[in-house]
Amino acid sequence: MSLELYIATRKGLWIASAGADRRTWSLRGPRWLGQQCHHVVLDPRDRQTLLCASRQWHLGPTVFRSMDGGESWKEAATPPQFPKGEPRGRAVDHVFWLTPGHASEPAVWYAGTSPKGLFRSDDHGVTWAPVSGFNDHPEQAKWVGSDKDETPDGGKLHSILVDPRDPAHLYLAMSGGGIFESRDRGADWAPLNSGVAMDFAPPKPDGGEYPYGHDPHCMTFAPSNPDRMWHQNHCGIYKIDRPNERWERVGKNMPKETGDIGFPIVVHPRDPDTAWVFPMDGTGDWPRTPPSGAPAVFRTIDGGASWARQDVGFPRAQAWWTVKRQAMCGDARDPVGLYFGTTNGEVWASDDEGASFHLLFRDLPHVYSITIGDRA
Amino acid sequence: MKVVVPTQLRGYTAGRAEVDAAGATLNDVLVDLDRQFPGFRFRVIDEQDRVRRHIILFVGGERVEDLSMTIPAGAELQIIGALSGG
Repeated sequence: MSLELYIATRKGLWIASAGADRRTWSLRGPRWLGQQCHHVVLDPRDRQTLLCASRQWHLGPTVFRSMDGGESWKEAATPPQFPKGEPRGRAVDHVFWLTPGHASEPAVWYAGTSPKGLFRSDDHGVTWAPVSGFNDHPEQAKWVGSDKDETPDGGKLHSILVDPRDPAHLYLAMSGGGIFESRDRGADWAPLNSGVAMDFAPPKPDGGEYPYGHDPHCMTFAPSNPDRMWHQNHCGIYKIDRPNERWERVGKNMPKETGDIGFPIVVHPRDPDTAWVFPMDGTGDWPRTPPSGAPAVFRTIDGGASWARQDVGFPRAQAWWTVKRQAMCGDARDPVGLYFGTTNGEVWASDDEGASFHLLFRDLPHVYSITIGDRA
Repeated sequence: MKVVVPTQLRGYTAGRAEVDAAGATLNDVLVDLDRQFPGFRFRVIDEQDRVRRHIILFVGGERVEDLSMTIPAGAELQIIGALSGG
């Protein structure tokens, strides 16, 4: 059993393997030097298979698969792509997100793309097909909005979640577009955005809420209770306890001088009330840097009723990097290890649930995502 | 016809800078390239049959976008990775 970090960057993939104490890590790579790797995920069902969402600056998007822990890779025979000749003329620019399917469906994977599309593989990622129930839903064009509802390098469909109790129960999130839920394996979808702020849109004349068009940045289940969900939004930090339909903005309990804007969110593997976020400056010109240039993780242990700053080990000032939505994760060990990568190519870790952090690696390219796996 | 392969695509051609492909039209040639080097075409042409944004195709020295064009006798296809990245 080997704890590994999969560090996907703007210019290739690196894999870091932990020593027994989680203090010493060995780095191998790069793989695909010069290629953009958006997401690399170890399949928790076999703990051997890795999938990598990749594109090269000039070339189209694809997905690679490794069966030997990243030593050798094979390209998907049919990468995610919209149907040829479809009326909206969509073409996948890059695959942004990868989610392994339900434990009872060991060959299934889901992928989220830019432009916003949902794709599924039933053969371990070798061939991919559009999830028509979402991509061609009669309301989908309204849900995804226009290019004004996109992040700078294109809209993102991300945070695809499969209910561990029911393979037909799915969630996804879009930047922008909001959060959506399916209870029939993706055949139909409904928005789930009640209670979520949309500060970038004018108030509705009737005083009501927008049903979609929100900007969730990262959404996750609490691993120990999939009815408890958390998400970090462009406009706050939220939790919900299903089957409730309304999100609660628990970020309002963050210190006012820090605010509750950010990209990633990580939930404790055994305690659904404990979560970590990495706040960024969402004021003025939205620099998306640590507020005041002083990086800090914030943790709640009471379901968001209160938040405590965790910054031991970080620079005290003049640190202006960003942690992107896929670039923070936690392991399942006790105490929990936390890991994140930065836009200036640093990888930081904590082996004591955020009480202190230390720098694992520096001088890598801009980190797009970090995931963790316990490889068999 | 002779096909000049850019560095970005030589992972598909076992490092070869030049390969041969056959076809009456540009699309036929790209399909033949994909037959020989699986995955090649999708990295160059998107699912709506558009040449990808940072790829430029030259046939017989002329820049081309129309995949249905007939390949002139003796022409060569050059695939260029246009300016991109940073």
